[in-house]
Amino acid sequence: MNATQSLTARTGNLFHRYANPGRFLRMGAKLQPWLTWPALVLSVAGIVWGLFFSPADWQQGDSVRIMYVHVPTAWLASSGYMGLAVCSLLSLVWRHPLADLAAVEIGPVGAAITAVCLATGSLWGKPMWGTWWVWDARLTSVLVLFFLYLGHIALIRAFDEPQRGYRAAAILGLAGAVDLPIIKFSVQWWNTLHQPDSITVTGAPTMSTSMLWPLGLTTLGFTLGFAAIVLARLRASVMESRVRTILAANRGRQSATAPQPERATS
Amino acid sequence: MTHLPYIVAAYGLTLGVAAILSINATLRLRQARRRLAAIEQPRTRQPS
Repeated sequence: MNATQSLTARTGNLFHRYANPGRFLRMGAKLQPWLTWPALVLSVAGIVWGLFFSPADWQQGDSVRIMYVHVPTAWLASSGYMGLAVCSLLSLVWRHPLADLAAVEIGPVGAAITAVCLATGSLWGKPMWGTWWVWDARLTSVLVLFFLYLGHIALIRAFDEPQRGYRAAAILGLAGAVDLPIIKFSVQWWNTLHQPDSITVTGAPTMSTSMLWPLGLTTLGFTLGFAAIVLARLRASVMESRVRTILAANRGRQSATAPQPERATS
Repeated sequence: MTHLPYIVAAYGLTLGVAAILSINATLRLRQARRRLAAIEQPRTRQPS
């Protein structure tokens, strides 16, 4: 029990070292260009390669090129929510202040990326399957993920007292993580119209390396881009919070030094 | 390219959303930095 407590405390101390806003802003400013510029270069290289230099699929023709934007957004929709769930855990267990702010900022970016994933999937599905949408296990579980993001965005801003919103949204963030393995294994557990994964951790990829390279570039570029956008939003959020704190302190100081109205003595 | 409109729409949508998110984050960060600098400057000028 003591060992568990000390491990929890030690882990908490490790995370809280980066909770200092000044330290975070300095670290974030240094990290920002290392995320932004590689994201831009890799994304542009991957998109140009995928659009103009990678081969067309023997079955799908040129519409396979939608894969170079659809797969990275699908990966980011899930991994972004995983980031949200980690922030929720940090918030609930260690009351980490930056984890709450990060959760606020990941939500809208993750929701936008999930919407793009669903839309590009539809744009790929229409010429290939002949329909924009089917209530297939993979598509439906990603739609549920989109609604989880929207629910998180609404819940975290729903309370006048921000801490209550952070707690409620963190519980939703953790509970919603159940959807992630469902998305991952939906194509194996159910008979779906969506194709099975072409790239797995254990097996060899089932696609040509001439397609795998641009896909890898866009996936890495989009991931760095997602991290860069979230970091920029988080830095802005920390600065805004600092501005609010300074203004509140100034108001408190002014009201303390202001002359008090004289009370009538009876 | 037989499916050109679908490909153009998919790439246009992705790049459009990426651009909106990036520009929004950049402008917000710039504004927050400017506001913080404006508030912190008079504080640093105060005699200790």
